[in-house]
Amino acid sequence: MDTHTKIRKIKEFIIERLIFLSGIMSIIIVALIFAFLLKEGLTLFWQVPLSDFIFARNWYPISDPPQFGILPLILGSVLVTAGAAVISVPIGIGSALFIAEIAPPKTKEIMKAGVELLAAIPSVVIGFIGMITLAPIIKSVFGLPTGLTALSGAITLAFMAMPTIVSIAEDAITAVPRQYREAAIAMGATKWQTTWRIVAYAARPGMLAAVMLGIGRVIGETMAVMMVTGNAALIPHSILQPVRTLTATVAAEMGETVQGGEHYAALFAIGIVLFIITFLINGAADLYLHKTKK
Amino acid sequence: MVAPEIKISIKDFSIYYGENAALKNLNLDIYKNEIFTIIGPANSGKSSLLQSLNRLNDLTPSYKKEGSIFIDNEDIDNADVESLRRRVSIVFALPFPLPLSIFDNIAYGPRMHGIKSKSKLAKIVEKGLREAYLWDEVKDRLDTPAMNLSGGQQQRLCIARILAVEPEIIMFDEPTSGLDPISTARVEETLRELKERYTIILVTNNVAQAARVGDRTAFLLMGELIELNDTKRLFTMAQDKRTDDYLTGKFG
Repeated sequence: MDTHTKIRKIKEFIIERLIFLSGIMSIIIVALIFAFLLKEGLTLFWQVPLSDFIFARNWYPISDPPQFGILPLILGSVLVTAGAAVISVPIGIGSALFIAEIAPPKTKEIMKAGVELLAAIPSVVIGFIGMITLAPIIKSVFGLPTGLTALSGAITLAFMAMPTIVSIAEDAITAVPRQYREAAIAMGATKWQTTWRIVAYAARPGMLAAVMLGIGRVIGETMAVMMVTGNAALIPHSILQPVRTLTATVAAEMGETVQGGEHYAALFAIGIVLFIITFLINGAADLYLHKTKK
Repeated sequence: MVAPEIKISIKDFSIYYGENAALKNLNLDIYKNEIFTIIGPANSGKSSLLQSLNRLNDLTPSYKKEGSIFIDNEDIDNADVESLRRRVSIVFALPFPLPLSIFDNIAYGPRMHGIKSKSKLAKIVEKGLREAYLWDEVKDRLDTPAMNLSGGQQQRLCIARILAVEPEIIMFDEPTSGLDPISTARVEETLRELKERYTIILVTNNVAQAARVGDRTAFLLMGELIELNDTKRLFTMAQDKRTDDYLTGKFG
């Protein structure tokens, strides 16, 4: 083997390895993040049993003795997320159906650009707008002492989930073969019957994935919720009360903790809980997306 | 011989897509319970004609037409378009089952038209499948996905699906172009049985198929009707040289 061939072989080898490394980089990073979360968060459970952490009703991290019950935070996240889903799913799916099936080409382009723009608005801006325009409205409409409630958070987050839902659902609807529509129309189906019973039916897995990813975005969202939900770590009894979500808790308290302390570990433990929730949701969405492709 | 009953009457009918004429001043009648075959090379206007008969063309933005089509002496422009499409069904070249079970594929149409009773639907499904000669092959697996059927079975499923909405006219747009010879024979056999109860229009690229199943055959070329006659006559003594050339494979 002459030197020229040798050098070429070595080059090939190095390039291949480099590309391989870039390829698995995201997996390595996720694994490292999870490992770090576990390392920092699990120490909490030397002091606080897991069941107390999840089911205890009080989050008083700086009282003496501290209480680390994240139930109010979980319920806060669930309430805000569910509210956001109730608002954004019907509007998002409806808008995707309109863009994909009904809108004339020009309207379609404008609407798609609008949706992308909505996705690009920084969450702090949306939170700010929610805080100064939405909260006062909710306060006066329901006659509340404060407008910073779970409902305000749900509405604000609905706008953030919508772009994800619309664009992914629209892709799924557009991917339905034209022949399904033709077959239905040739049997005497009206436009709406075709859209609803055939197109939406065939696109169901993709639309479910869209909803999942939209919800995933809402659960992980921090800035906007922190600004509009009022941040009271209490078990909510109605959607018109202030709540505090898991994410907002970590963001708000991380700066005040002693590194390596109990409170610090508790916030990382919240991170683990969030990681597991988003992992499950993304996994479910992925499963449905693969179903559509088959 | 008794004069045949006219089912469809096409009068001075032309089709344009934008500037291009796809069909030029067509005049012809189609009789009840016949298999009317239309042959001709690509771009001769065959499929455009079918799509006009049930106004599927209305969905094409650049479509324009002149002249009229009458079905049972009624101008189809005055008909309710959904019920027209139900009366005048079309089977496409490639079978395309809906992503549902065999049963639901066939029950889809009747359900859409408001039939809810389970036993009624079961009867309609069985009848459609029997008429399309598919029943014996699928009766034990009606709840399995229709996608699992073979190509020929899928095409007969599409025929059964259309029979379930009780059409009067069934149009076949090259129904066997994607099928193997055995499945083709099955579908042709089905066509012959169906003409007892339905009026059938068959568009085909396969000249031999027209000869096998057609009662009358029309030859279209570049949007013009060149010749129309009893299939046997047309194939044995074509009047126009272009017809003869096409039938003998000199072009096409």
